[in-house]
Amino acid sequence: MNRTLLRHKGWTWGFRSTVLLYFLLLIVLPIAGVYVNSFSEGWAAFVQNISDPIAWKAVLLTLKLALIATVINVLIGTMSAWVLVRYDFAGKSLLNSIVDLPFALPTAVGGLMILVLLGPNSWMGKLADTLGFQFVFHQPAIIIAMVFVTFPFVIRAIQPLLEEMDHSAEEASYTLGASKRDTFFRVILPSMSPGIISGAMLAFSRALAEFGAVVLVAGNIPGRTLTASVYIFGEVESDNEAGAAAISVILLTLSFLILWLINAVQTRRTR
Amino acid sequence: MRKYWIPLTWIVFSILILIPLAVLATGAFDKGTSGFIAALSRPEARHALMMTGLIVLVVTILNGLFGIMMGIYLVRGTWLSRRVRQLFNSIVDLPYAVSPVIGGLMIVLLLGPDTVIGTFFEQIGFKVVYAFPGMVIATLFVTFPLMVREVMPVLQELGNDQEEAASTLGAYSWTTFWKVTWPSIRWAVIYGTILTVARSLGEFGAVLVVSGNIINKTQTATTLVYQDMENFNVTAANGVALVLAIFSVGLLLLMERAKKRKGVH
Repeated sequence: MNRTLLRHKGWTWGFRSTVLLYFLLLIVLPIAGVYVNSFSEGWAAFVQNISDPIAWKAVLLTLKLALIATVINVLIGTMSAWVLVRYDFAGKSLLNSIVDLPFALPTAVGGLMILVLLGPNSWMGKLADTLGFQFVFHQPAIIIAMVFVTFPFVIRAIQPLLEEMDHSAEEASYTLGASKRDTFFRVILPSMSPGIISGAMLAFSRALAEFGAVVLVAGNIPGRTLTASVYIFGEVESDNEAGAAAISVILLTLSFLILWLINAVQTRRTR
Repeated sequence: MRKYWIPLTWIVFSILILIPLAVLATGAFDKGTSGFIAALSRPEARHALMMTGLIVLVVTILNGLFGIMMGIYLVRGTWLSRRVRQLFNSIVDLPYAVSPVIGGLMIVLLLGPDTVIGTFFEQIGFKVVYAFPGMVIATLFVTFPLMVREVMPVLQELGNDQEEAASTLGAYSWTTFWKVTWPSIRWAVIYGTILTVARSLGEFGAVLVVSGNIINKTQTATTLVYQDMENFNVTAANGVALVLAIFSVGLLLLMERAKKRKGVH
């Protein structure tokens, strides 16, 4: 009796609906809510919200700094992945494990670390100060925070490609008399490039969205050190939720486009 | 070339990760061990750490269970059409692309005191935003993809031959799950759990927006670090941050061990 009750079809149905409902309520509803909310007072209000110079300057600044951080990450990430896969040296496994630390560490802690390391009271900060240069509360600190937070993406995207790479193409290139430089640019780099591209796009979208590390180290001066996510936070704090929602829609749409591009690149690769 | 690349990689890792960690650790003790203990034994610090612990617990359990089921449905759920599954599959990743602050804003817009749902809950004496439930929902949103994305590839690689064999031989769905599916996804689930714990432990932006950061009420460990820093209480901020960092490093070590056993056997 009890067992037939447990095996009743209604259980399966109820279980499936609960899981799907949880998913729709938790993920789809909030995202739809932001879009609906930012257009709830019509196009004019939306346009007015995003044409506030403080707002669009924050978005442009975020794009610029995220782009710089991504370029830095592509350079140091490609190098690190190469070294971690191709060379054997003391401390290799240690470095390989701490690559993921920026993912595991709370972003606020990451920001605090940069603040303590480069802040006005640290010796690095003082040294930079005497050279007439400042990190913290200025744009360099925001870039460093973005680089720190997105550091693992490029490395982790390239590593598997390098490990799977067929050595015969590289050897053939050497045998045919190509120089090291030619081999790198003609043979090795092309096989790493899908990883570099998808890693860079992930890093870029993460840098665009970054808040925790940035809010601690940025001076939050409109037009100079106020990033989009910090601007949104400020608008929520000052009870201008419509303004916050409008900028969120811009930022979200950008991130979704990047995510869609990454998927397109990856499906093309696996096909 | 290798003469230059290896030292250069060491330099990058040192500047970006190792030295900042060391500075954080020494910063927590710059007023001696007593300063570190004082920072942690403040009532607000103890309360914040407790809040973080509670959020991690609730979020990991909920998103663990629902994440596993969602992963299974997206791979095996033939009762959903292929199209629907593809659509849901791409929606799962969306929280990755959402800035945590926006994640928090979404919850405020949907459940805040000025909204229909928010007023309804307020009337029955249940506060969502600027209270514990809102903080849990915000963290649930941010961490949802982690478990789903760990479980799915393992199920896809595994194929469903064994499961079909089990159910053809007369095993009921629960038995099939426990005896066939579970053993093969176990390490992926453990890995996903560690990721979820790490992410919910460190969630800052979404929680800051939803919680209002009210001291001794809705303050978590990460938002306390932020507030200490705003109040120029650097030693205290370092102390709490060091505790969080130690947890993160511990979780990272666990991740390393789980990663090796994660794949299909």
